[in-house]
Amino acid sequence: MTTTGNAPAVGAGMDRVDGRLKVTGAARFSAEMPAEGLVHAVLVQSTVPAGRITRLDTAAARKAPGVLAVMTHLDAPKLPQKGRAAVNPPAGRVMTLLQDATVRYNGQPIAVVVADTFEHARDAAALVRARYDTRAATLDPRAAMGHARPPKQHGPPDPRRAPDSTRGDVPAGLAQAEVTVEETYTTPIENHNPMEPHATIARWDGDELTLYDATQYVMGDRDTVAKTLGIPSGKARVVSLFVGGGFGCKGSVWSHVPLAAMAARRVGRPVKLVLSRRQMFGPVGARPLTIQRLTLGATRDGALTAVRHHSVSHTSTFEDFLEPTANVTRMLYACPNVETRMRVVPLDVGTPTFQRAPGEATGTFALESAMDELAVKLGMDPLELRLRNYAEEEPQGHLPWSSKSLRQCYGAAAERFGWKRRDPKPGSMRAGDELVGWGMATATYPTNRRPAEALARLAPDGRGGVTALVRSATQDIGTGTYTIMTQIAADALGLPPGRVRFELGDSRFPPSPVSGGSMTAASTGSAVFEAARAARNELVRLATADPRSPLSGARPEDVRAENGRLFLASDDSKGERYEALLARHGGPVEGRASSEPGEEKEQFAMHAFGAVFVEARVDPDLGRVRIPRIVAAYSAGKFLNAKTARSQLMGGVVWGLGMALFEETLLDPRSGRVVNADLAEYHVPVNADVGEVDIILLDEEDPHVNPIGAKGIGEIGITGASAAVANAVWHATGVRVRDLPITLDKLLAAPAGGAEA
Amino acid sequence: MHPFEYSAAPDIPSALRAAGADPHARFVAGGTTLIDLMKLDVETPSRVVDINTLAARHPELGRVVPLPDGGLRLGALVRNSDLAWDAAVRERYPVLSQALLAGASGQLRNMATTGGNLLQRTRCWYFRDPATPCNKREPGTGCSALHGHNRIHAVLGTSAHCIATHPSDMAVALAALDAVVRIQGARGERGVPLGEFYLQPGAHPERETVLSSGELITAVDLPALPWARRSTYLKVRDRASYAFALASAAVALDLGGGLIRDARVALGGVGTVPWRSREAERALEGKRAGAEAFRAAADAALRGAVPHHENGFKLPLARRTLVRALATAAAMA
Repeated sequence: MTTTGNAPAVGAGMDRVDGRLKVTGAARFSAEMPAEGLVHAVLVQSTVPAGRITRLDTAAARKAPGVLAVMTHLDAPKLPQKGRAAVNPPAGRVMTLLQDATVRYNGQPIAVVVADTFEHARDAAALVRARYDTRAATLDPRAAMGHARPPKQHGPPDPRRAPDSTRGDVPAGLAQAEVTVEETYTTPIENHNPMEPHATIARWDGDELTLYDATQYVMGDRDTVAKTLGIPSGKARVVSLFVGGGFGCKGSVWSHVPLAAMAARRVGRPVKLVLSRRQMFGPVGARPLTIQRLTLGATRDGALTAVRHHSVSHTSTFEDFLEPTANVTRMLYACPNVETRMRVVPLDVGTPTFQRAPGEATGTFALESAMDELAVKLGMDPLELRLRNYAEEEPQGHLPWSSKSLRQCYGAAAERFGWKRRDPKPGSMRAGDELVGWGMATATYPTNRRPAEALARLAPDGRGGVTALVRSATQDIGTGTYTIMTQIAADALGLPPGRVRFELGDSRFPPSPVSGGSMTAASTGSAVFEAARAARNELVRLATADPRSPLSGARPEDVRAENGRLFLASDDSKGERYEALLARHGGPVEGRASSEPGEEKEQFAMHAFGAVFVEARVDPDLGRVRIPRIVAAYSAGKFLNAKTARSQLMGGVVWGLGMALFEETLLDPRSGRVVNADLAEYHVPVNADVGEVDIILLDEEDPHVNPIGAKGIGEIGITGASAAVANAVWHATGVRVRDLPITLDKLLAAPAGGAEA
Repeated sequence: MHPFEYSAAPDIPSALRAAGADPHARFVAGGTTLIDLMKLDVETPSRVVDINTLAARHPELGRVVPLPDGGLRLGALVRNSDLAWDAAVRERYPVLSQALLAGASGQLRNMATTGGNLLQRTRCWYFRDPATPCNKREPGTGCSALHGHNRIHAVLGTSAHCIATHPSDMAVALAALDAVVRIQGARGERGVPLGEFYLQPGAHPERETVLSSGELITAVDLPALPWARRSTYLKVRDRASYAFALASAAVALDLGGGLIRDARVALGGVGTVPWRSREAERALEGKRAGAEAFRAAADAALRGAVPHHENGFKLPLARRTLVRALATAAAMA
């Protein structure tokens, strides 16, 4: 496509531009940022789930070596609206900021100890003693089901958070059904556990606050902290250059961030506050547990006549967070009669939060397990059942899809997997002494986009060349944002990627949205594309208007820009290099863009889709499950970087495997404390648990979603994956586990789980 | 973590002196248990005596050496990785090598030592959380696991005061092999058979071994057992690596003409101590090696097991694990 033979950067599997920094340890994460005179803070947490602090003995802690301050509810600064000035659910959380003596959950911050070293702060924190007037706590969601209610609605109505939906007539559809499935599926509390814990350094310079914070949203972080503390946004700055994973838990500001700022102000020095692994369980959100009742009705030929999805997830007593499990049920299959209902049940725990594909990860487990059960009852191939109910248009709002290649995903993954060799009878396939099971499920995630801005600046590099500096206040949470933005800018600027430097993670840059909802590529990528194109257009304008340029007088639309050179499309010998043009121009050339979604949202339904096929091997005596092989195909618009895309999708699939087999936060039913609060006892997959994961990328041309044609890929990988594992385990064993995780005890306990030894 | 005195001991007598002077002293070798628990405020020693430095003066502490009777002496400071890959151990006591490699992770095995592994503390969730009652951590406060989450807890050797599982894989193999723990104290040296080294919780779960304050493990002796070449370790857990056993079995079989002449059986993941089952061994002896004898042995091993509300599955799981391990050993060349 180019006269100079340069392949576009976008789409290529380019190595991460920050890869070298990461593997050499040169990348600075928030807790590693330098700050002169830095001191250290440690949180003291409540040890009861509900009640009031009646006495807080801090004398020993205050006298401990190196201690500079012990801040409690008795002496913490009083914040505007008791610390709730920035509350804006679902992302602006109700924090616990030492404003009163109330204890709302076990693990709530009740004091902050600041000392000259981390060790001194930690030692002193252990000396703080609290006494409580406790009240009976509600901790068992099943016992509290009577209190389930619709979540409180805040702000303008958002269909994604509407607790109820109805289309058609479900009772009539069920009456018409020849086969029905009605089952309850449950998923446990799951904690995010990014490798990098939450970490904040707070520094005051006069009345200006700088936060180095592990966050998925520097702009939101800045605004939330400023509002909470009662300072103007302009007086706060958030910097977050590298984030060691977020997965949703770093999408909101939690209590420790303002507390670090309050502590820094108290001691008059920069304060570092890093949560311990144990503190990652409780005060910083978790995926709520879900209890989902699915009812499917179908005719003998597999056409769905009715779908009912009633779901309850837990929340805290002081804030409603809804896990929107049923959203996926509203859009995935063409069924005329669908009713969904989502409720929350408040418990005396910390508020749960977004976790990778909130709603879709849990909802697809229930829906895609139920679809598998329906296929079994119908005696129909599970893939055939999905195709039988393929939604050619978005079934809830009857909008056309901006693009949808799910049929191709099913086909490509099934072919690669060898699905047609599957014997439908459970327990029929064996490899040696092990049972073999094959299961599949559909994956989907909505394509989101929010307004974003970017700046692109071309300037001489001082060595006879030209480089571009491109900036936006987005984040790289390990997904590859630095790399894909570099690729997008390089192509739009007509420069090789090595001549583009992309900077992010600073709230002083042009604003970008949260790195959540799989929307960074679509939102910030579009802004970067448009800013870079504006800079390129400015170059072309300068050249064509410059009598000294070989392109003088040419029409701008006839000029191309590639590899740092402008030239006529019709005659590439006529042109000049950027450095020559900039040298005459005498200064940098800038492009700025503000990019936002338009009418397309009303005209099209926009989703990424995929299909995941799983092989399970089960030891029939011991109940051990292994997953040697997964094949998954995804269509998500344009894949901007084949390598980082594959990593993202593979990571999602592996998370789905972990969700299916391992992950479960155990809350003590008496104390509300998480008992397995470390990475030895909270199990995520290790390398030995993951076999071959074959990811197929099916590129789509989607002119509607956004200027770069990319749908998000950060979350879709986890969707459907846990159901595909569960379906494969059923196929291997005949045991249907509807309560995640599928641990071996559940296979041993089931009557068909093998004869008693 | 609380402040503590640290000293590195140049030789065994000074190590014993340093620890003997302070009832709240702890030795540290690999540190994989102690340091972890100090960070959690579960272990709060006032003095930590580093014994890694002993190997300079006492090289045998870091070596595996043959014993005159055909056995092996495993130095207390031999790292788990080195022990697992020791040629003599792999050839003559495969059950021990396999048990070591089934434990922890590569990084932890590179640090953890023979002596330290014997003394690793339970993974009971409540023991590790100082904000919850625990008779082992704070005698008399009660057992949170009895009526709390106890899926990972013990079904053998429990008491009304404690149901915490002993976490070691290595010690299960050593129990099967009749290993002898060599201990030095101020009053000299003694050898304690592994079967007598650990104490079941009873009314005093805080006492886990017969070690007295200030005593130091210097070695573990493996008696000669030529037929231990036919031995194996099977560990069943929630994920493929870096997880503690839900059930494990260390077995060795002495076969002749299809009959079991002698057998060794120990279970892990189900006992409050590494669980040697002489009942299972008796059920095997003289029987024809096969499913019937293995099932009878498994029944004998689990007889008297007491399940709690979340860990009842451990009874069938441990039985099946033992049956599988015995079948594997019987099929060895």
